[in-house]
Amino acid sequence: MRALPAGEAAVLVEVADGEQAQALHAELERRRAAGELGMVTEVVPAARTVLVDGLADPRAFAADVVRWRVPPLAPAATGAVELAVRFDGPDLAEVADRWGMSPADVAATVTGTAFRVAFCGFSPGFGYLTGLPPELAVPRRASPRTSVPPGSVGLAGPYAGVYPRASPGGWQIIGTTDAVLWDAGRDPAALLAPGTAVRFTAEDAVGPAAAPAAGR
Amino acid sequence: MSGAVLTVERAGALTTVQDLGRPGYAHLGVPASGALVRAAHLLANRLVGNPGAAAGLETTVNGCAVRASCPVVVAVTGAACPVRVDGRPAAWGVPVRVPAGAVLDVGTAERGVRAYVAFAGGLDVPAVLGSRATDLLSGLGPAPLSDGARLPLGESRFGPPPYTGDVLPYGGIGAEVVLPLLPGPRADWFAPGAVGALARGRYTVSPASNRIGLRTLGPPVERLRHEELPSEGMVSGSVQVPPDGRPVVFLADHPTTGGYPVIGVVPAAALPAAAQAAPGTPLRFAPAVRTPR
Repeated sequence: MRALPAGEAAVLVEVADGEQAQALHAELERRRAAGELGMVTEVVPAARTVLVDGLADPRAFAADVVRWRVPPLAPAATGAVELAVRFDGPDLAEVADRWGMSPADVAATVTGTAFRVAFCGFSPGFGYLTGLPPELAVPRRASPRTSVPPGSVGLAGPYAGVYPRASPGGWQIIGTTDAVLWDAGRDPAALLAPGTAVRFTAEDAVGPAAAPAAGR
Repeated sequence: MSGAVLTVERAGALTTVQDLGRPGYAHLGVPASGALVRAAHLLANRLVGNPGAAAGLETTVNGCAVRASCPVVVAVTGAACPVRVDGRPAAWGVPVRVPAGAVLDVGTAERGVRAYVAFAGGLDVPAVLGSRATDLLSGLGPAPLSDGARLPLGESRFGPPPYTGDVLPYGGIGAEVVLPLLPGPRADWFAPGAVGALARGRYTVSPASNRIGLRTLGPPVERLRHEELPSEGMVSGSVQVPPDGRPVVFLADHPTTGGYPVIGVVPAAALPAAAQAAPGTPLRFAPAVRTPR
């Protein structure tokens, strides 16, 4: 674990991998809830780091945090958020090809995986979901789509994710959900927050991959 | 809600509703947003008797003009600019009474870029995650002003405050902007001496600057490591160096995570000067000597 300076009030804590970052984030949130971190403003987990901002004494925190014993990531205590998916994405066939299985087996693999939100970013409410085995990592599309519809379920690198709103995007789209990932008028606004457990369920039988719609 | 509205007569280059922003949601991918020159926003609110968190307008370069359906006390702060009420010159940096139906015109900034306009009672647009601020990166909050748009005005509970003359207008806009630089998390991704080269480099403010970041033109900063940096959290003021080597200073609407190395961090107190620097303004980075806290 390394503590890197990030200005007058923040420390970027770097660990070896994503799982350790999630464990450190959980430990930070535990200590924050216990009042041990003071009035920090932001705790931002990411791929291999957690940023802590709003520290009264970042140098003291940096010296302290590298000595912490961070317990390994515990299974999610509460029930998982379930997202019903139609496996009809334009990249389903390509992903099936890469994984060396049928589209139905892609759906079975994805619905059979216990996911967890490692971190959010890209746009409000976009969660990077981990849980797939590393050998199923898929590259981003060579050329990103100019617009991906909201509710699109995609894969990129080791992550799965759902687009909260229409945006450009390079993830491999395997399906669609009607779940509302982000609603600023709802409390909480984000369906998925770091640490949330997620399960995908198949809404119906997996059909042939839909042909990409014209203009996309 | 008072039922009173502002009608936008001239939206200007970019006028947004701003308040103190929505800090605390970076872990969900939500930028802090809020007024780029917080002190000017707070002063404008104080002048019209509002709490500091009340929403007002932030203009960019050429101001804006609005018509109020009822009498309202306003104050314009931030960038120095002409203020007119129905065409007659009015004072900048003090409370001004605008009669019902009259047009308040905030003119082109003479020094600085962004003016702040407070209305007694504040702008009563819906709050999103506790803030009425427009966030240009993620599209939260009201859309930037457009000609003919209408904005609800809140009720003023306190009435116009007495003018006491103790105003300290924001005046710190020099011919050159000097941004102090504190150590950043990825300084070791750059060539030895890159921070020194950054300090010696003569930069100017790029016209591509916005509420997301102050972009710069000048000598590229040389990177030592060229591999992909996995996404990581960034604070406001982070100076990120994209592949073209031109440093970007991130402001209030910045993404909450980024994938390019951050060489240093400009402290919050220096960011208003960055936000008020017009394109073409000379810019220098001044690495701070690290002192024990």
